[in-house]
Amino acid sequence: MIQRKTIQCTINGKQVENVVDVRASLTDMLRNDYRMTSVKKGCEVGECGACNVIIDGECFNSCIYLAVWADGKQIRTLESLTGPGGELSDIQQAFIDEGAVQCGFCTPGFIMTAIEILETKKLYTRDELRKLLSGHLCRCTGYENIITAVEKTMLQRLEA
Amino acid sequence: MSVGKSVPRVDAYDKVTGRAKYTDDMVEKNALVGKVMHSTIANGWVKSMDISEAEKIPGVVKILTCMDVPDIQFPTAGHPWSTDASHQDVMDRKLLNRRVRLYGDDIAAVIAEDEVAASRAIKAIRVEYEQYEHVLDPYEAMKEGASQLHDEYPNNILKHSGFEDGDFEEAIKEEGLIRVEGTYETPIVQHCHIEPPVSYCYMENGRYVVVASTQIPHIVRRVVGQALGISWGKVRVVKPYIGGGFGNKQDVLYEPLNAYMCQQVGGRLVKLEISREETFYATRVRHAMTFNIVSYVRPSGRIVASQCKVVSNQGAYASHGHSVVSKSMTSFRQLYNYEKACKVEGYTVYTNTAAAGAMRGYGTPQSVFAIESHAEDIANTLGMDPLEYRRMNMMPVGYTDPFSKNVNYFDSLNQCISRARKAIDYDQKRKLYQEQTGPVRRGIGMALLWYNTAVWPISLEVSSCRMVLNQDGSVQIQLAETEIGQGADTAFAQMAADTLGIPFEKINTISTQDTDVTPFGLGAYASRQTYVGGMAVKKTAVLLKQKILDYAHEMTRMLPEDIDLVDGNIVWKTNKNKILLSLEDLAQEAFYSMEHAQHITAEATAQCKSNAYSLGCAFAEVEVDIPLGKVTLLNLVNVHDCGQLINPQLAKMQVHGGMSMAIGYGLSERLMYDEKTGKPLNDNLLDYKLSTTMDHPDLSADFVENYEPTSAYGTKALGEPPAVPGAPAIRNAILNATGVAINKLPMNPHLLYPAFRDAGLI
Repeated sequence: MIQRKTIQCTINGKQVENVVDVRASLTDMLRNDYRMTSVKKGCEVGECGACNVIIDGECFNSCIYLAVWADGKQIRTLESLTGPGGELSDIQQAFIDEGAVQCGFCTPGFIMTAIEILETKKLYTRDELRKLLSGHLCRCTGYENIITAVEKTMLQRLEA
Repeated sequence: MSVGKSVPRVDAYDKVTGRAKYTDDMVEKNALVGKVMHSTIANGWVKSMDISEAEKIPGVVKILTCMDVPDIQFPTAGHPWSTDASHQDVMDRKLLNRRVRLYGDDIAAVIAEDEVAASRAIKAIRVEYEQYEHVLDPYEAMKEGASQLHDEYPNNILKHSGFEDGDFEEAIKEEGLIRVEGTYETPIVQHCHIEPPVSYCYMENGRYVVVASTQIPHIVRRVVGQALGISWGKVRVVKPYIGGGFGNKQDVLYEPLNAYMCQQVGGRLVKLEISREETFYATRVRHAMTFNIVSYVRPSGRIVASQCKVVSNQGAYASHGHSVVSKSMTSFRQLYNYEKACKVEGYTVYTNTAAAGAMRGYGTPQSVFAIESHAEDIANTLGMDPLEYRRMNMMPVGYTDPFSKNVNYFDSLNQCISRARKAIDYDQKRKLYQEQTGPVRRGIGMALLWYNTAVWPISLEVSSCRMVLNQDGSVQIQLAETEIGQGADTAFAQMAADTLGIPFEKINTISTQDTDVTPFGLGAYASRQTYVGGMAVKKTAVLLKQKILDYAHEMTRMLPEDIDLVDGNIVWKTNKNKILLSLEDLAQEAFYSMEHAQHITAEATAQCKSNAYSLGCAFAEVEVDIPLGKVTLLNLVNVHDCGQLINPQLAKMQVHGGMSMAIGYGLSERLMYDEKTGKPLNDNLLDYKLSTTMDHPDLSADFVENYEPTSAYGTKALGEPPAVPGAPAIRNAILNATGVAINKLPMNPHLLYPAFRDAGLI
């Protein structure tokens, strides 16, 4: 008998109520029930970072985070960054400008970790940024332009 | 002009917003779920299978076993089909295999209402095997008495070939030659695209629609047809955005099995997702190769003769087979110029490991590691400057391949060396790092790179393109050459914009391939797309432009040769390009004219009968902690001559990615097997050491741009070459730092510590 549980949470600012299979991951819930296509499945065991979302201000691999744990939590996915008229946020624009996107599959996860970094409002060295971004795997870019995109956006935000 | 500019990639917005649709983003959520059952032995025979318990599990719809599948063997390599039977790919696997040839062979498949039911069913299937002794090493596999994987290939030798330029035995009789020998080994590695293989299939109007994460939609269509024994036109393959491929998806992986599953449930929608672990052990890997090289050189440094024997581990199934080691062998012949003789021999050998196929570089990351390690060893033996040795012996300007007639037109290697040498401050550092002592030492090294663009004259090279004019003067372009992250859609749009004379913004590349409507072409592989696809774009654009000018002639009464299409306007060429009318006005007239209505479109096929050398080099600087056996890469510089750059920013991005792959190849990646069971040991991204942000220095990519005369837009290979020279450059830097020559990859502490200890450094 499949066990289900009702949870309430906030997804990208919107309060939702959902009945979830207690075995389901948050990745499953976000992709299947809310069609959040930015939440990617690369390994489903917390190794690659493609499914990364922000939960109550902190990044998690949503593939190893049970959907039932999201009860009462605030969840943010990449979809939340794009404005109502399709406007891009600074970090999304930086990923385009710096050439940080190739196949695009790791991109949403990286951008959400970038958001977590940027929202600390701290100044990090390039080496510190490397460490902060090291939970994500990318096979296309060699990380070079991703780190640059995050670094430039950080400096811009701190100057503003 | 758009070519040569770093315009933003056309798919960037969708990819940074999460809107870009990949295969799993498109499948309907009511899809049945497919799952593959893999063998838990490495070599043997499925005697029986009991599915009775599994069938009782609620939600299980159908179970297919290796006893049920059609008795059809099919090929999987992403090569164009050959109408010459002797040149066709090896057909050595079935949809499910009763004869088990690797740990993880596909022996059954479950279709269920959900993933949990499918997984439970697989656990409940009882299998009885007859087990044979497995063989993981190709040298062991060739010995008498070794278990035979495929009856058609005695001693497990899939193929053995060789060639000899000059007379090696005669050449080495010259007096005073110095003999240098080395054996160089490369490991099994995996592509590790971040999106695992995934597909779904349903039937519509009696035809199979397969949506798949593939680099080669038209080839998938043919192989699904072959594997199921149905006519090829019954199959429609759709390729949306894909999360990387690197050659693994240049193989037909599970699409045929997915179509078969769909067939067996009456055409209902079935999704088949391959897990990360399955991707490691049950899709494709890069061939592990061992090279033994014996060279004879004069004390002056001139190489007189060289012999190379290479053994390539094919794994359990042929996939791309011997063609991969063939490319390794060609690079050996061409990267250096042997004064008198060059003798090469290669074996491709079946073993009970993962099937090896295409992976970025197609045999050249392996061979160039061997060739460039050996070159350094020769220079060291002679006490010669490694750059000087290379300059004296590398492929000369004017070299012509006797087979392809491919000409080395430019002094690309010297130009690339000069640029990289300066960028990394090679000469100064070489001096600085002489006579170091102590546990932590630094070193600098380099390696050359050779690559061929596309596959002619070995195989067919063809690409077709369609262009369709819209009412507003914008144009759709459509090719079978796929976007896999490299930026092909953007590059094609830039090319089309320039040849047509339309602003870049008005070109819409149709990213999704659909074999029902996309003109025929071969897909993303062999670094062929800007070269071969470029020819199709140019041919079609010239055709479309002519049709536009013919229509403009009707509207303006000016002769077609006196007018032109420039920046989206019809202009009077012989009167300072005076604007006569906009393309938009022309298009509106053509669409809706009561006199002469015409939908202006063009389509053309370009068959490519040429090839181009793509050359370059990598320079690496390392710090070696000798007691820890640990290498820190301080700097890596790649310089390439890939001809004219269509989009410098995209080109640089390609190089970064290749360099990253080379870093992993050099220092950390290796798929390991348990000798006792033949089971893969590190088939996941935690234990398989893909390089992370922490393992990279800042990457430096640069170019020399010699316009390639055989290319429609002056381009040649760039997709794969950047992944090639990094590992040997790092190896040569470690040699420079420590004096210890490491002839095996990956150069991780497990390998380096004993090597340094044996050398007396620890």
